[in-house]
Amino acid sequence: MATTATVHQTKWWSGGKSPFNVEYGKLMMWYFLMSDTFTFGALLVSYGAIRFSQNYWPNPGDIFYTFPGAGEANLPLAFVSLMTFILIMSSVTMVLAVYEGHRGNKKGVAKWLTWTIIGGLAFLFCQAWEWTHLLTGEHPALVNGHIQMLSQTISHNPWGKLVEGSAVTDALKNTSPDVLAKLVYEHDHTMSLAQLTALPHDQLAKMINVSELHVHEAGPIAFGGFFYGITGFHGFHVFSGVVINSIVLVMTNKGVFERRGHYLMIEKVGLYWHFVDLVWVFVFLCFYLI
Amino acid sequence: MSAEQQNLPVEVTLHHAPSVNMVKRIWKTFWILLIITIVELGLSLLLHKLDLPDNTKRLAMKGVIIILSLAKAYFIVSIFMHLGDELNQMILTILIPLMLLVWVIISFTIDGSSYKYMRNRYDRTFNTKTMNLPQTKAPKGKTVPLK
Repeated sequence: MATTATVHQTKWWSGGKSPFNVEYGKLMMWYFLMSDTFTFGALLVSYGAIRFSQNYWPNPGDIFYTFPGAGEANLPLAFVSLMTFILIMSSVTMVLAVYEGHRGNKKGVAKWLTWTIIGGLAFLFCQAWEWTHLLTGEHPALVNGHIQMLSQTISHNPWGKLVEGSAVTDALKNTSPDVLAKLVYEHDHTMSLAQLTALPHDQLAKMINVSELHVHEAGPIAFGGFFYGITGFHGFHVFSGVVINSIVLVMTNKGVFERRGHYLMIEKVGLYWHFVDLVWVFVFLCFYLI
Repeated sequence: MSAEQQNLPVEVTLHHAPSVNMVKRIWKTFWILLIITIVELGLSLLLHKLDLPDNTKRLAMKGVIIILSLAKAYFIVSIFMHLGDELNQMILTILIPLMLLVWVIISFTIDGSSYKYMRNRYDRTFNTKTMNLPQTKAPKGKTVPLK
């Protein structure tokens, strides 16, 4: 193992050595990642096909504009940029762990693996926050001539096109007092939600400033399913990557690889982790950038 | 008992000696990835802010963002995953099957847009339901948060 020699002018196919100069497990990890690329490719292409079949598709900057602790400030793509940065950073720490493994430096491997795990967990927490926000954050949407408060789920979302003022005024007449009370409460906290709900319909309707109210139509139904499905599948990969990284960290600390004489396992786990980063490049591209 | 002691064929792989330059290369790649990501974000926000009515210009900007993403993928695979350091034959066994995705992307997006075209032509409710009517567009150059 680990014989250092010039790679050039070696007869790889004359027998006695691995023709691809790659250890079996590492080669198989590459082929697994190739098959996983097809899985993600198929998911993203189906999303693309549905998106191409619609006349209207929401603009990502209108959907992903919130940041934890920033309230209702309009910061398009800021939070997802942070998530991307975290994942690139954790990729760097992983490749540094692989490098320390090449040198047989047990402490270095353990240090950089720990940082990689922290990065992975940070990414998962960010995603959990984003999902919670999208699933619970309600926005007014025009549905069948009246206004409803919708959040983004797999069956509906409020990301349709903007509705003009006169249509909103008409829709307010048919809207239930509960929703009207919520709309008033968003801008005006002088009365509690319970007090507002008790008011008569006409009075509530008058309290709403139509020009300030941004009502959208219900968005393309497929949006939520694709978003949660694909980012969720990617998140699952991050999660399993964190678990695998934790296992090899324990093995490193126990000196398993030291006794084995090489840190090839770190390389294989590293390949998986970089793949997770690679997939995020395309998830980020398809859902957030374009 | 190891494979050698059992007189079984041993898997022989030759390794490059780890070089100190590697760390430099890793950080250089990190900066490249970061800068590309920032440029992509800038373009994406510009695309959103301009809200160009011209379809071709919008698609061209999106095309640039896609090419930049592919460049990021190249750097991750080639340097972080060390695929660039492997033997050519091994690289090809991975890259050649992936070329199937080129066909998949082209055929499925064309299929999607042809479905849109046909529905707009034959199904009027689809047209009125999802067509972006001019008077419902947000004022130009102004971002309206959905809230």
